[in-house]
Amino acid sequence: MIDFDFLVGHANVAAYIALMTVGFYAMISKTNLAKKVIGMNIFQWSIILFVVSLGAKRGATIPIVEAGHAAGPGVAPALEAAHYINPLPHVLMLTAIVVGVATTGVALALLLRIHRSYGSLEEDDVLAQLQVPPSPGRAEG
Amino acid sequence: MTGPQFAPTILAVAVPLLAAFALPVVAWRGRAAVYPLTLVALAASFVSALATARAVVNGGAVEYHLGGWPPPWGIAFRVDTLGALMLLLVTFIALVVAVYARRSVDAELPEQRAPFYCVYLLLAAGLAGLVSTADMFNLYVFLEITSLAGYALVSLGGGAAVVSAFRYLILGTIGAAFYLLAVGYLYSVTGTLNMTDLSGLLPPLSGSNTVLVSVAFLVTGMALKMGLFPMHAWLPRAYANAPSAVSALLAATTAKASAYVLIRVLFHVFEPRVAIDVIPATTILAWAAAVAMLVGSVMAIAQTDLKRMLAYSSVAQIGYIILGVGLANMDGFTGAVLHLVNHAFMKGCLFLVAGVIIYRTGAREIEDLRGLGRAMPITAATFVLAAFAMIGIPPTGGFFSKLYLLLGAIDAGAWVFVAVILASSLLTVAYFGNAIRALYVAEAGGGASSIPGVATPGRTVDPPASMLVPMLVLAVGILLLGFFNGAIVSSFVAPAVPAAFVP
Repeated sequence: MIDFDFLVGHANVAAYIALMTVGFYAMISKTNLAKKVIGMNIFQWSIILFVVSLGAKRGATIPIVEAGHAAGPGVAPALEAAHYINPLPHVLMLTAIVVGVATTGVALALLLRIHRSYGSLEEDDVLAQLQVPPSPGRAEG
Repeated sequence: MTGPQFAPTILAVAVPLLAAFALPVVAWRGRAAVYPLTLVALAASFVSALATARAVVNGGAVEYHLGGWPPPWGIAFRVDTLGALMLLLVTFIALVVAVYARRSVDAELPEQRAPFYCVYLLLAAGLAGLVSTADMFNLYVFLEITSLAGYALVSLGGGAAVVSAFRYLILGTIGAAFYLLAVGYLYSVTGTLNMTDLSGLLPPLSGSNTVLVSVAFLVTGMALKMGLFPMHAWLPRAYANAPSAVSALLAATTAKASAYVLIRVLFHVFEPRVAIDVIPATTILAWAAAVAMLVGSVMAIAQTDLKRMLAYSSVAQIGYIILGVGLANMDGFTGAVLHLVNHAFMKGCLFLVAGVIIYRTGAREIEDLRGLGRAMPITAATFVLAAFAMIGIPPTGGFFSKLYLLLGAIDAGAWVFVAVILASSLLTVAYFGNAIRALYVAEAGGGASSIPGVATPGRTVDPPASMLVPMLVLAVGILLLGFFNGAIVSSFVAPAVPAAFVP
């Protein structure tokens, strides 16, 4: 029997694993290099979504503390962490998204150069041309 | 103690990073200032690393809290003796290779000097940050700075190198994503990212499935990043097709940085027993490493291209380092760290030699090296010295690290690994023997002697001083690492050995 309670309780884990597998599949089995980059993106975003989901709490609100909420000289702030979503995973993932964008940027730049040199983004075409280099010696530039 | 805010620690990272951002502006004003700026920034980084190492050896670990926020809230940089050794290594190699790079880049990438040095500085900053940060997520960011700079540098080789860089990028990103996932899992059970904090919180959780999944992703991710067998497919092509200076820098530092991360997290953040007993990570690593040592060496013998041979040799040598990690005892740990440093010098030196040969003669095939022993005596002698170190002939550094690994394997009662270390060393003799025979024994005729200027008897074509000196510095380094291995072990490695390993 499938343990539905477990699955529902870990919906975020199930979702990221499903997405990650899709991305992984695309990276391994697609022969078009651009599709590999798309797969790589899905792969990265799946993990980012998962970590973002770690911050969630049932019945909690966005982590913005109203000014004056607990103000008062000498009075300890009456803040309850359970009332607020944990913002740290979100902040971390903002950085991870930037890293992901940079990776995609470099990948697309490489694809441009591959397309300029070999006139194709199909892995088989590129590899076939690599076996018989058009001009031996170092490629210019 | 030097107080909580030890500035040189952050300067080693910040100077090359800021220089990398300033460089495009400088290049726009005038090309001439680009190279001096690079060199000054890398030298400043190395001097900061020296100051850090001096403070660490004299007074224990130093810290720098970014923005003055104390850990675990802020990001902290913390350099202990192991970190200091790595920081010295990466900043030194980056500086030496940069000296070498000037002529090499002028010859290979005349149009792309400014982008090259800009990305080079980013790589240097990333490496320095990687080995000094004490924050798991910050480590991920530095890992990706290093890797992205690495992809870009490899792709500068043009043609086949771009395709190699693309593969490297896809596999490297998977590795980094796995690391990120591992950090996410760790955060979900501990709520902290600071390494010191984590090491305090993790012991009661070591049976948790979440922690085990985290270890599994971490080990796989880092193994991918360093090109451990069977995840080495990207490595030979990337190293072989990259520009010469890049091959030397990447082979000497980036894979080592991933190995450092593995050592740091498995043995210092987690309790060593988690990776040894709770989940058999070290056993798997040791066997994968053993296969890497044999397969890498056999593949190296089969290569006809010198740089590709060196790259496959790297696959085998990473096996040595990880075997030491996998043995998970005191001598194994010492051997792993020592071999990490030694291999950076040896392989850096060998790739510099290969680059010099390409610079002077254009020869890439081992067959074409024939007669070069006479034409480039100093270069050839350096190659032989580094090759002897790779084989493990005393008194070079390579001998001592292999000795520690052997002692570790004997200590663990793992006779298979003893046999593998010896067999792999013999295979190393075979492939370097091939190259050395081509350099000296094979009679001239064809090969290098057909290259204009090389054939002239009595005339030597050793490279200009700016390429020769970095090569010789690394060669002398190989010898010094051998002579002073005792001092390195006692002042840098021994204090970092996990308490669980001390008998």
